[in-house]
Amino acid sequence: MTPAPAGAAPVLALDHVGVEWPGATAGAPPYVAVDDVSLSVARGEFVSVVGPTGCGKSTLLNVAAGLLAPTSGDVLVGGERLSGLNRRAGYLFQADALMPWRNARENVEAGLIFAGATRDEARERAEQWLRRVGLSGFGDRYPHELSGGMRKRVGLAQVLILQPEILLMDEPFSALDVQTRQLMENELLDLWSAERRSVVFITHDLEEAIALSDRIVLLSAGPATRPIGEFAIDLPRPRDVAEIRLTPRFLELHGRIWAALRSEVLKAYAVSQRLA
Amino acid sequence: MRSASGSRNGRPSRRARLAVYRVLLLVAVFAGWYALTATGVLPSFFFGRPLVVLRRVWEWFSSGKIYPHLAVTLVETVLAFAAGTLLGVAAGLWLGLSRTAASLLDPYIKAANAMPRVILAPIFAVWFGLGIASKVALGITLVFFIVFFNVFQGVREVSPVVLASVRMLGATRRQLLRHVYLPSATSWVFSSLHTSVGMAFVGAVVGEYLGSAAGVGYLILQAEGTFDIDTVFAGIVVLTAFALLLDFAVTRAERRLLTWRPRAPAERT
Repeated sequence: MTPAPAGAAPVLALDHVGVEWPGATAGAPPYVAVDDVSLSVARGEFVSVVGPTGCGKSTLLNVAAGLLAPTSGDVLVGGERLSGLNRRAGYLFQADALMPWRNARENVEAGLIFAGATRDEARERAEQWLRRVGLSGFGDRYPHELSGGMRKRVGLAQVLILQPEILLMDEPFSALDVQTRQLMENELLDLWSAERRSVVFITHDLEEAIALSDRIVLLSAGPATRPIGEFAIDLPRPRDVAEIRLTPRFLELHGRIWAALRSEVLKAYAVSQRLA
Repeated sequence: MRSASGSRNGRPSRRARLAVYRVLLLVAVFAGWYALTATGVLPSFFFGRPLVVLRRVWEWFSSGKIYPHLAVTLVETVLAFAAGTLLGVAAGLWLGLSRTAASLLDPYIKAANAMPRVILAPIFAVWFGLGIASKVALGITLVFFIVFFNVFQGVREVSPVVLASVRMLGATRRQLLRHVYLPSATSWVFSSLHTSVGMAFVGAVVGEYLGSAAGVGYLILQAEGTFDIDTVFAGIVVLTAFALLLDFAVTRAERRLLTWRPRAPAERT
């Protein structure tokens, strides 16, 4: 949909991706979750994907992660066709994904240990990352001893310690209270501006998307989700997610994007009413 | 009237009172038993005489005669528990991860589990003799299925999100097994630990009772042969106390090994 920035191949590109689930009964038509989605993410770009609930946003992210093979189309990572898991991506899930039987430090270390790092080395870097996400001194706590926000931070450190080129985030902060959420959003922006990874951030919260992103891709209501619009967010950086919401430019962008999103939200709502 | 320190001491004193009541309850049961048998309401030939029972228990421990038998029963229990758990974990992991093997073996596992395995005791006695081995074999058949079903379930119910996340962090299949499936299954094994230790104990005692040369079950069998009901009851008392000790040890082990799990809000006592 968007041409890749001149010069480099996009870090991540979905090329006419479609995902279908087999019908509930034999002979039933397949359920089309995602229909012909093309999307590309440039190096260092923060892209948010916004759509009404149940529109297949997570499905799309799983395709980008290589956890789910698309029924049609291709995923290109750095210009190469993806088969199997996307090794250049880190994935921050919506639900808690920490290993409950390991403490915070061991969770953060995990990726390094899998890659064959020595215990000491992994431990040292895990401590560094725990410090960076504001959790030094909490390394020995088990996930159930941490608050929701702290667990998300551990999750962030767990993913970022591997320095993935692409960070896939699936409504990572949706379960947090508003204050913690804004704190986490600011921290995410800080970490991102320091490391300049590409981010694909999925959310149904338009304000969150505008506050964080360089670009927003709107998805239509499901089934057969497809992109229905793209908006460049030209708000200045560095941003403070709480303050930027009060600027005129933010409100203007919000008004424009919401106008486009609104009809899709209503459609999704109508579908859910029909099913109910 | 209640001072701050008084209310702080309130909890332990309540606990102490509870312990006293518990002991009193036990004493009351023995007293009732004594009253009923001494007055002849219950024939002491069938129901024993509690004082004789307690004296017998005392004699066993003071003379040291009971220790070799207890040791035999303990060794049987521990061996059956260890081997049954090991086999159960291995089989549970294997079938939990291989859908084909699981669906192939499913009816046979159900059948084997439904079978009252105590009837295998005579066969084991023929195969392995009257020593420790036949009791361990019986205990294994009891422990195996409990552990197996728990591990199987544990593997199947590993959170898909945790699994996907660990895969995205670069874990290989073997690393998944070691870092996700095994710890997850272990927690299920531990949740069944009380049951499986109990079953290992049952296997040991029943095995002894059905034919043996040593062990607490053997003492009971011997006494029964001479209609010495007091000794039978003494054996039961010893076995019960022993089972309680085992259970206590398991609780301690559990607390040490499962620190990562949230404690239940109301601690079980």
